[in-house]
Amino acid sequence: MAGVKVLEYADLISGPYCTKLLSNLGAEVIKVEQPKAGDYSRSVGPFPNDVPDPEKSGLFLYLNANKLGITLNTKTETGLALFKELAKSVDILVENHPPQEMEDAGLDYPSLRQINHRLIMTSITPFGQNGPYRDYKAYDINIQAAGGLAYVTGDAKREPLLTPWGQAGYQAALNAAIGTLSALYWREASGLGQHVDISVQECIASILGDVISFYSYMGMVKPRCTTLSDLSGVTIWPMDIYECKDGYVDICILEPHQWQSFVDLIGNPGWASDPKFEDRRLLFERTEGQEVPDLGPLIKEILKKYTVDELFHGGQQRRIPITPVNDAQGVLHFPQLKERGFFVEIDHPEAGRLTYPGAPFKLSETPWSLERPAPLLGQHNKEIFSNRLRYPKMELVKMAEAGII
Amino acid sequence: MDRYALSTIRILDFTWAWAGPYCTKLLVDMGAEVIKIETNKRPDVARWLPPFADDKPGLNRSGRFNKRHRGKLSIAVDMTTEAGCDLVRRIIRISDVIAENYSPRVMKKFGLEYEAVREIKPDIIYVSLSAFGATGLYKDYVAYGPNQAAMSGLANLTGYRDGPPMNLPTAIADPTAGLNGAVAVLAALYYRSKTGKGQHIDLSQTEMFTCLVGQPIMDYVMNGRALSRDGNRHQIMAPHNFYRCRGQDKWVAIAIASDDEWHRFCDALGNPSWASDEKFSDQLSRWRNQEELDKLVEAWTINHTPYEVMEMLQKVGVAAMPAFNGEEIYHNPQLRQRGFLVEVDHPEVGKKVMPGVSMKLSETPGGIRGPAPLLGEHNHYVFGDLLGMSPKEIAQLEEQAVIY
Repeated sequence: MAGVKVLEYADLISGPYCTKLLSNLGAEVIKVEQPKAGDYSRSVGPFPNDVPDPEKSGLFLYLNANKLGITLNTKTETGLALFKELAKSVDILVENHPPQEMEDAGLDYPSLRQINHRLIMTSITPFGQNGPYRDYKAYDINIQAAGGLAYVTGDAKREPLLTPWGQAGYQAALNAAIGTLSALYWREASGLGQHVDISVQECIASILGDVISFYSYMGMVKPRCTTLSDLSGVTIWPMDIYECKDGYVDICILEPHQWQSFVDLIGNPGWASDPKFEDRRLLFERTEGQEVPDLGPLIKEILKKYTVDELFHGGQQRRIPITPVNDAQGVLHFPQLKERGFFVEIDHPEAGRLTYPGAPFKLSETPWSLERPAPLLGQHNKEIFSNRLRYPKMELVKMAEAGII
Repeated sequence: MDRYALSTIRILDFTWAWAGPYCTKLLVDMGAEVIKIETNKRPDVARWLPPFADDKPGLNRSGRFNKRHRGKLSIAVDMTTEAGCDLVRRIIRISDVIAENYSPRVMKKFGLEYEAVREIKPDIIYVSLSAFGATGLYKDYVAYGPNQAAMSGLANLTGYRDGPPMNLPTAIADPTAGLNGAVAVLAALYYRSKTGKGQHIDLSQTEMFTCLVGQPIMDYVMNGRALSRDGNRHQIMAPHNFYRCRGQDKWVAIAIASDDEWHRFCDALGNPSWASDEKFSDQLSRWRNQEELDKLVEAWTINHTPYEVMEMLQKVGVAAMPAFNGEEIYHNPQLRQRGFLVEVDHPEVGKKVMPGVSMKLSETPGGIRGPAPLLGEHNHYVFGDLLGMSPKEIAQLEEQAVIY
């Protein structure tokens, strides 16, 4: 995406991860932050030795590597004028501010289209640009609730459970990138920009698996459930996380041949030769009231005798989808990730040399690229305002004094 | 106005289950023509997983399948025959994108790996959504979405504070792989429009999902600490939880991020005496005493429905949303008013509601192009109209069971 210019006016995860994807594909991303405070993620962490420092937030450093950073107070007239000048010069604007705030500032799509009809503007908000909830406030946990994910996550006997560490934001980012890139592709033919309206609630409601289908097809409310087994909570085939000797494994058996191999892996226990455990798919066709033999307890007991590696490699040799349940240490040392060079190291003037997650996918002709660390707050003000927008240096000083940049 | 951003794109779709189909679902909604290759010997796993219309199983009756494959075309080809593979190669010549989600050995077995396909269609964009990537010592290992969440570290972080790690019940790593795949395909399409060059996309589902576990990984890198499960807690916000409300299994998520929000929250509750307790006077003390605070908040929410809590708190700018269940999502006024939920008429199961397009583009909004295909429904369109084969030739292939 070399040559594509992106302006990012966004906090935390959704907007920044979207533009990170574009940036690593070769687009130039200019990140706009408020003077002094900066992106909210600068205050979230994690921080080295747990000492908060806006230049050392692990979340900020990860999501904003490769971008140029400028500060701009969009609450001032001059700041707004500068923002519009930037919006005029870019292909894409990604923002995640409340719709009313953008309208009040005159930064809504109809206004910006007046100054740049080729602009693709991508707005990420909890509920989208219209509808009765448009102006509602929602953080990650609220939107996982509103999107229907929380209700089905966790134990039916307990409270719903969060899917942790900002997952709604990442989902929104991916949807936003798809909307943005589709618009960019269409612009090649039409020459026109457009507005991409992302509702995080809709992004979440899109990945509920079959929650909506169960209601639509059977009038059935899918319950919260800690396993992926059949709805009744009965294990038909192992599809769960199991404790073993030295940790946990994840087993996800979907096909008859995998089940047969699994029985072989666990030493062909007597009960497994019972024909009722053979083609478990038939159980989906069971009639009302028919008893379903539950494999859960039998399997749990047997797996405790094995180590993670025995099950992982032994299972995989038989083509059974069994994998370890990694913690962060396990992830950082996972041999496959290491061998493929997934992790990258970046030197940052304040935070030093650190390891970061790398490319989510590898393109053969246009490889994922990472050329610079995350920007210090306002690091590229001079480059953008004086070199590109041609403001004299003295103006920059005045704007800094006035709290505009 | 062209309703679809990708109306000039044709995708030959070898994917199955969820990750790959979700990738091509995103692209068909944007207008690409997606031709799904199927076989009745080993139908897509989603065709025989519930829910089924009228609770009656059948290859064309699964809600799971019919949602993931809406708008796509289906051809049934026996690729274990040379004639079948030859047909597939002919479709490749008129396609822009190939999508598959197998371990690398599978497409190779058919002689249809990227290197071979490039010989017959040099500018092809070929996306492989494998579990572990096209290279490396585990490249031929097998894994599904739940396994990806486990390897990436997210499953280990999901769970109650006192409980074991948990699978994410909706297996979100699957659609997430599809989303990443679509991002990569669109970037490759853009590059092709500038240069005329195609390319191969090697997507490891383990890797794309590990990218979404940013903070815990950075914490380990910075502090050598492998975090564990923390239930519904947030690093700095409190209250931050699901609170039980009036009714059967009704919950509301409340999150408070600042002193300002806290004061407005207390006002909405009518400033109960505990609200002015020193234990809750600033963000840090609220975070430290959150267990006690949670009980007090819940003693209030239990007297209200989640909707009442939402309205009372949203009115004063505090983030509160009900944990909607399937029925409430189905009827949700926000999703309905935005036209997100769409009714699709399917020849075998009738009218069913499903989620629509998850991004709204003002000029090229896309949409659901039609119901999911019956197995092999579009043989005649693809072989006749697209490849220009005569009815006689098609009949012959049917007779030989190359297509069916």
